[in-house]
Amino acid sequence: MAEIQAERTAAPPPVVFSERSRLVEGVRAYGLIVAMWLRSTMAYRASFVMTTVGNFVSTAFDFVTIMLMFAHVDVLGGFTLPEVALLYGTSATAFGLADLVLGSMDRLGRRVRDGTLDTLLVRPVPVLAQVAADRFALRRLGRITQGLLVLGYALVTLDIAWTPVKVLMLPMMVLSGAAIFGAVFVVGAAFQFYAQDASEVQNAFTYGGTTMLQYPPTVFAKDLVRGVTFVVPLAFVSWLPALYVLGRDYPLDLPRWVAGLPPVVAAGCWVLAGLAWRVGLRSYRSTGS
Amino acid sequence: MRLYAVVAAGGFRRYATYRVATLAGVFTNTVFGFIMAYTYIALWDERPQLGGYDMSQALTYVWLGQALLMTCAMMGGGFEDELMERIRTGDIAVDLYRPADLQLWWLAGDLGRAAFHLLGRGIVPMVLGALAFDLAIPRSPWTWLAFLVSVGLGVVVSFGVRYLVALSAFWLMDGAGAMQIAWLAGLFFSGMMLPLTLFPGWLGELARVLPWSSLLQVPADVFLGTYAGWDVVRAYAFQGGWAVALLLAGRMLQSVATRRVVVQGG
Repeated sequence: MAEIQAERTAAPPPVVFSERSRLVEGVRAYGLIVAMWLRSTMAYRASFVMTTVGNFVSTAFDFVTIMLMFAHVDVLGGFTLPEVALLYGTSATAFGLADLVLGSMDRLGRRVRDGTLDTLLVRPVPVLAQVAADRFALRRLGRITQGLLVLGYALVTLDIAWTPVKVLMLPMMVLSGAAIFGAVFVVGAAFQFYAQDASEVQNAFTYGGTTMLQYPPTVFAKDLVRGVTFVVPLAFVSWLPALYVLGRDYPLDLPRWVAGLPPVVAAGCWVLAGLAWRVGLRSYRSTGS
Repeated sequence: MRLYAVVAAGGFRRYATYRVATLAGVFTNTVFGFIMAYTYIALWDERPQLGGYDMSQALTYVWLGQALLMTCAMMGGGFEDELMERIRTGDIAVDLYRPADLQLWWLAGDLGRAAFHLLGRGIVPMVLGALAFDLAIPRSPWTWLAFLVSVGLGVVVSFGVRYLVALSAFWLMDGAGAMQIAWLAGLFFSGMMLPLTLFPGWLGELARVLPWSSLLQVPADVFLGTYAGWDVVRAYAFQGGWAVALLLAGRMLQSVATRRVVVQGG
């Protein structure tokens, strides 16, 4: 009891939002909510460790599958195991970051269905920040760790003629890739305002997308590659920049400078995602009962 | 028996209610089917006859996996979350009072769910896959029948495993960890990621005798006609053996658990 009292008196002063930009406000609120979920997660430390390990292992199976494939072949679609590992590592790390920051957004459909989104609407905090931080799951570090390990393996085993541009390409593609996947998460959440039960559709683009990017583009049919280049621009997450680093050709006829486009594509995706989110949120009508 | 038939029908109807969710699931299954199919084409291009399958058999395997993913609940799903929650909150006490057998009750519900998932989430991806790729679809109606029996046994094996996992909540309270381990094993050892015939050495031998191979590898082999004549019976015996063993284990664990049950939330 005394401890609780002490905690109460030591609690931070109430948050007062001054005339800051909505972006700063949102990020700040996101941080506060995340911090709350972190404290709650750390209350069950053993469970946290187990689920993080589970998250690591479940994503590691994807790479184990690729390794099992390479037990039978030397090249897959013309790519060696270390080359595939680079594609895998960059896409898995980028997706892992997006999943950590925004992965909880697929729970939005449930809130729309049972009407608990109302609670978030009356708070003086951007709804997007609240939904994104809802039930923040630190265990998703498992996926990022796994992606980084495979990326490390690729960088150690690959023989690349490094140039400053190629070195810069790596952090650029992971961060822009995370942003592109993040935009997909937001669009998927916006779609759930209309179809609350359809959260699985976005899995096709998020989990399906990262699975696809883990393999060389030469494996897939041209039309599929065109689709993820020009329609849902997931190819910019890792394929185009990683192939530049590897010095390989992209199956579609694109100039080599497109490898530097991911930040631009990410920005474009976020503009569209922001619009989709606004339209979706406006259409929310709460439940009838 | 009538009671359990009603429960099974209820299980079917319950999942049939969510049409948009089913549509979304079919979409996702199809997308994953396409992605996996192309990686398998690349693999079998390099090594035709890998794992004893030719290209069209390998592609059929991919789409069977997508069709059975939900039916055999390889990634978990269905009743176990609910049963665990009932154990954790203490609602299980009400269930134990009912004049119905706890295990059979949940089994009936899960069979109803599986029947819906086979129809609702199995057929469409399979048809789309068959339109896009050259699949090895069996011509004999007997093969189809044999396949359905094998899927049914696979569902019971899957139930057996998940029932054991759900009962662990009597001791663990929060069964999330146990459940995660179970679905990881299910995903990997069922052959969902890669046919078990491609697993090397001892890993392959181990994977083929574990219960999870009943969920996809065995039904897929029945569908692809890998079992000749009496071998199908041996495959059934393998699945049936695991089903009986797991159901008995579940029954034993249930009787131990109910003797020590401390109703939560009193």
